[in-house]
Amino acid sequence: MTGVPAVALSAVGKTFGAGKPSAVTALTGIDLTVAPGEFVSLIGPSGCGKSTLMRLVADLEQPSAGTISVFGKTAHQARLDQDYGIAFQAAGLLPWRTVRANIELPLEVHGVSRPQRRARAEELLAMVGLSDFAGHRPDQLSGGMQQRVAIARALAERPRLLLMDEPFGALDEMTRERMQGELVRLSAQTGCAVIFVTHSIPEAVYLSNRVVVMSPRPGQISAIVPIALPERTEDTREDPTFFAAVTAVREALRAPQRVGLELT
Amino acid sequence: MKSLRSLAAGIGAFALLLVLWEAYKLLGSPDGFSVHDVRLLPRADDDSMPHVWQIVKRFSEPEISAAGSSSVLVAVIKAAWFSFRVSVAGWIGGVIVGVLLAVLMQRFRTAQDALLPYIVVSQTVPLVAIAPVVVGWGGNLAVFGQPWQPWMSVAVISGYLAFFPVAVGTLRGLNSPQAAQLGLMHSYAASWWQTLIRLRLPASVGYLIPALRLGAAASVIGTIVAEISTGTRGGIGRLIIEYAQSATGDPARPWTAIVGAAGLGLVVASLVSLLDVGLGRFNPAGAR
Repeated sequence: MTGVPAVALSAVGKTFGAGKPSAVTALTGIDLTVAPGEFVSLIGPSGCGKSTLMRLVADLEQPSAGTISVFGKTAHQARLDQDYGIAFQAAGLLPWRTVRANIELPLEVHGVSRPQRRARAEELLAMVGLSDFAGHRPDQLSGGMQQRVAIARALAERPRLLLMDEPFGALDEMTRERMQGELVRLSAQTGCAVIFVTHSIPEAVYLSNRVVVMSPRPGQISAIVPIALPERTEDTREDPTFFAAVTAVREALRAPQRVGLELT
Repeated sequence: MKSLRSLAAGIGAFALLLVLWEAYKLLGSPDGFSVHDVRLLPRADDDSMPHVWQIVKRFSEPEISAAGSSSVLVAVIKAAWFSFRVSVAGWIGGVIVGVLLAVLMQRFRTAQDALLPYIVVSQTVPLVAIAPVVVGWGGNLAVFGQPWQPWMSVAVISGYLAFFPVAVGTLRGLNSPQAAQLGLMHSYAASWWQTLIRLRLPASVGYLIPALRLGAAASVIGTIVAEISTGTRGGIGRLIIEYAQSATGDPARPWTAIVGAAGLGLVVASLVSLLDVGLGRFNPAGAR
């Protein structure tokens, strides 16, 4: 098992509407390797293709160029084998199902028996601290709680990779920080590798082992910033090394613009 | 509480209708109101608009003057019961066809492009035009060895009207899940069938309930019109025509059949509302 990366992207490109005059090159020349258990954030301005990149890994889009492997398999096979769990900005819970039944949904689709589903859902509910809300309907929960249900659902199949597309994007700042703390704990507890798409620099720094900085038109990786923080706690956010890392990512994000300014 | 209030509102509206009827009789001209021979307001005389109590009284009187004739009330209820059963048969057939068409159109984009225009056009064909065609076809058919019954033609026409709102509403509902929910099902490697059963169908219920209600109203109208245009005996549509022929000598009687038809519509609509209760779980927004 050792040595096989969780995700390996090589020379990946994606063009929407290839061949048409309206063709848009969303991504070009992406090389990226994510190790098992590693937490990697994708950050960049709107239109830099970070969500598209995640969707390629999830096999929700097909690459126009390059190769993608997930745990040594094709992205397609990895999807069929349920090697990853996924969460979006919209929690996407089914409103007619209880919280528990929402978490059981992927297990139900894959034919897991009722008692096993029940047991796994209880485990996950405890893990995200929502055991008391198992019988509630999603619209009775706050946005943060809904997102916790979505994360529990993503973890239902015990994936070794978690793909998250701005899952905390719609939450208020306080809830967001609390959710980040929970995610750090969950990823450590499950040993999942995580690819996390975000707009927020502090969020990316707080969560990640590495922050992948992307630039738009066409979407490409402009820098990869390794983050060496001690164990994450609430104090981490006030640590000088945290600020230093935030500054490093911010400068990496500005870099392409600075080049542009120098040219003019 | 909410259902009590809407019941009270319904009764109030009915009472208001009776008051308006009588008020118009009191204030309106017996010859109506005409501009250049175009009558804008109906005659208010007793032959055109019998008093409410005359209509009510007529229900309790014998249908015809012959000895042993049952009361009008019995005749109207019998006819309404006949039409009710035909409507329900037409509605069920229409719902099945409508849902199947919607599923087919959701599954195959080509089917949607090919079928949807014809589904819309189908509703512009006048009922009176298709009635003889259906009767003609039916005459050559046998269902499970049984010869075609006249009521079956009526049910087919009723279903022909009922399927349309169901097909269109269900199609919208099947296409209503959010992109994140569809992406999620795709990421689970869920089959089209699993996605239909676990996501698209439950998501369509909020659209299906109003469509079922529209379909029920359409099936009742279809039944009454089809009874008249196919000349099928036994239903409320036929009764309206029969009683209307005696309007000159017995002005209250045609109104009893019309009241019966309205009552039939109300009963069918309330029965469909019961589906709300059963399916409420899938309809958190309470779409109506």
